[in-house]
Amino acid sequence: MEKNNLIKKEDVEYLANLARISLTEDEKEDLVKELGKIIEYVSQLSKVETKVTTGDISITNVFREDKVKNSTNTEEMISGAPDKEDNFFKVPRII
Amino acid sequence: MEEYEIIIGLEVHVELLTDSKMFCGCSTKFGAPPNSHICPVCAGFPGVLPVINRKAVELALKTATAFNCKISPFSRFARKHYFYPDLPKNYQISQYEEPLAIEGVLLVDNRNIRIRRIHLEEDAGKLIHPEDSRSFSLVDLNRSGVPLIEIVTEPDVRSASEAEKFLAILKRILEYLEVSDCNMEEGSLRCDANISVRRYGDTNFGVKTEIKNMNSFRAVRKALEYEARRQIACLKEGRTLRQETRLWNENLQITEEMRRKEEAQDYRYFPEPDLPPLIFDNKIIEEINLKVGELPFQRKGRFIKEYNLSDYDAEVLTSKKDIADYFESCVEKGGKPKIVANWIMGDLTALLKAKKKDIGHSPVSPEYLVQIISMIEDGKITGVVAKMVLQECFNTGISPEKIVSERDLLQIEDGETINNIVEETITENADAVQDYKNGKEQALSFLIGQIMRKTKGKANPAVVRNKLQEYLNKKR
Repeated sequence: MEKNNLIKKEDVEYLANLARISLTEDEKEDLVKELGKIIEYVSQLSKVETKVTTGDISITNVFREDKVKNSTNTEEMISGAPDKEDNFFKVPRII
Repeated sequence: MEEYEIIIGLEVHVELLTDSKMFCGCSTKFGAPPNSHICPVCAGFPGVLPVINRKAVELALKTATAFNCKISPFSRFARKHYFYPDLPKNYQISQYEEPLAIEGVLLVDNRNIRIRRIHLEEDAGKLIHPEDSRSFSLVDLNRSGVPLIEIVTEPDVRSASEAEKFLAILKRILEYLEVSDCNMEEGSLRCDANISVRRYGDTNFGVKTEIKNMNSFRAVRKALEYEARRQIACLKEGRTLRQETRLWNENLQITEEMRRKEEAQDYRYFPEPDLPPLIFDNKIIEEINLKVGELPFQRKGRFIKEYNLSDYDAEVLTSKKDIADYFESCVEKGGKPKIVANWIMGDLTALLKAKKKDIGHSPVSPEYLVQIISMIEDGKITGVVAKMVLQECFNTGISPEKIVSERDLLQIEDGETINNIVEETITENADAVQDYKNGKEQALSFLIGQIMRKTKGKANPAVVRNKLQEYLNKKR
């Protein structure tokens, strides 16, 4: 497999957009190389013979009963928010 | 318009009637102060782990069974990623490739509407956009993590009114199974629709649009009627349709194009690593079958057959499970079905409505209602007294038999006593007697009313009527 052709520049731009981050041209170049290496490294796994394809299923059906527990204090919950107002989290307007 | 066939598929989100959220112990109660029902799990703080609510899974399985779905022997949660301020984790825990149940069917006026899938997921929070501000929005996460099921149909619905009927039937089943309160105003039932049109005979589907923001069943019908007209008009003018999401504008009664996204949604689904998969064997599926039991439409059919009730009566009595249970309990205790039905649907429902109680919490137990009915049948009390006794029993919880004996409400049938009252009434109401003699039949009802009032409703009305007529005709 030829080096670095697993990830193209457009892929990096697409992923950056999904992740809501902006990248400079230099950063994109770097990421093309770095992500390519990571993908190549991980793709070694596809050469391994595997029986189980759905992940670990040694534990299943783990439930809790439908019991209400005390919620966390509102002030404490919103104390770490960058911005707040009247017990609400405050965010930039989105519509 | 007739040359076009309308194709509709529905997506219904239903909030489940659990006390606590899907993955944490916070309350699901509607209308609490903002952010008072949240914790690190449902607010998406780092390092927390979700744990599945058993009741939510049970309710989803009951729904799947009621809609004749195949329950998947193996199902799993998946992360659906998108950025929006009402979604604190930046992903919603949902199901994707391995939903809880598939391939169901719901009968709507003798047409099968296939159910593609039913899956479990969590609700998002709520955003408030203050009127006075252009610069910010407020986030309330109380709803974040409330258990939801999503029910998706195949594109089998063929008209806007059929979509409305489908929803009404779905709502009735979900209420009956106590899966959800289906309160649309509080958002516990929400419906989106996909709609396209094609010429009759075409086998390929036309370009579809997705319609959102419909806040009632009526709005669903109106929006789909409008959208079908719009698409057909567009095609007739030779224009092409665009696959897009449109919002129903309730004020203008039209659908409007939503702001278009530059690229297709990419939710990057992958299996939720924090939750082990769900495995349901035949034994669990059998147990759920037993729990679901008889569905409202089956029970309605049985009521008509077994108790000889009218279609209407059976429909009302099976509209809710506790009403149907109350009715059958009365019949079991010896009440005649039709008479029991009339009392439940009439006076009892009126009393319950006035006090905003449901029949499951009625102070008049089935036993008490049957007591009242038996006392009428045995001639112990009149119908008028029975209504009073019902009210008294409803307000105090005292047994009807006790009320009747303590308050001396037994029916007066004795001819001598009634004769005396009739004579007395006639003497006191000379005018009415004269009216009757002049041919005014209503005067008779007036006189009977006077007698019933004198006896506080205890006089046997048939005997009163006979005696009165006898008396008046003799004097005529």
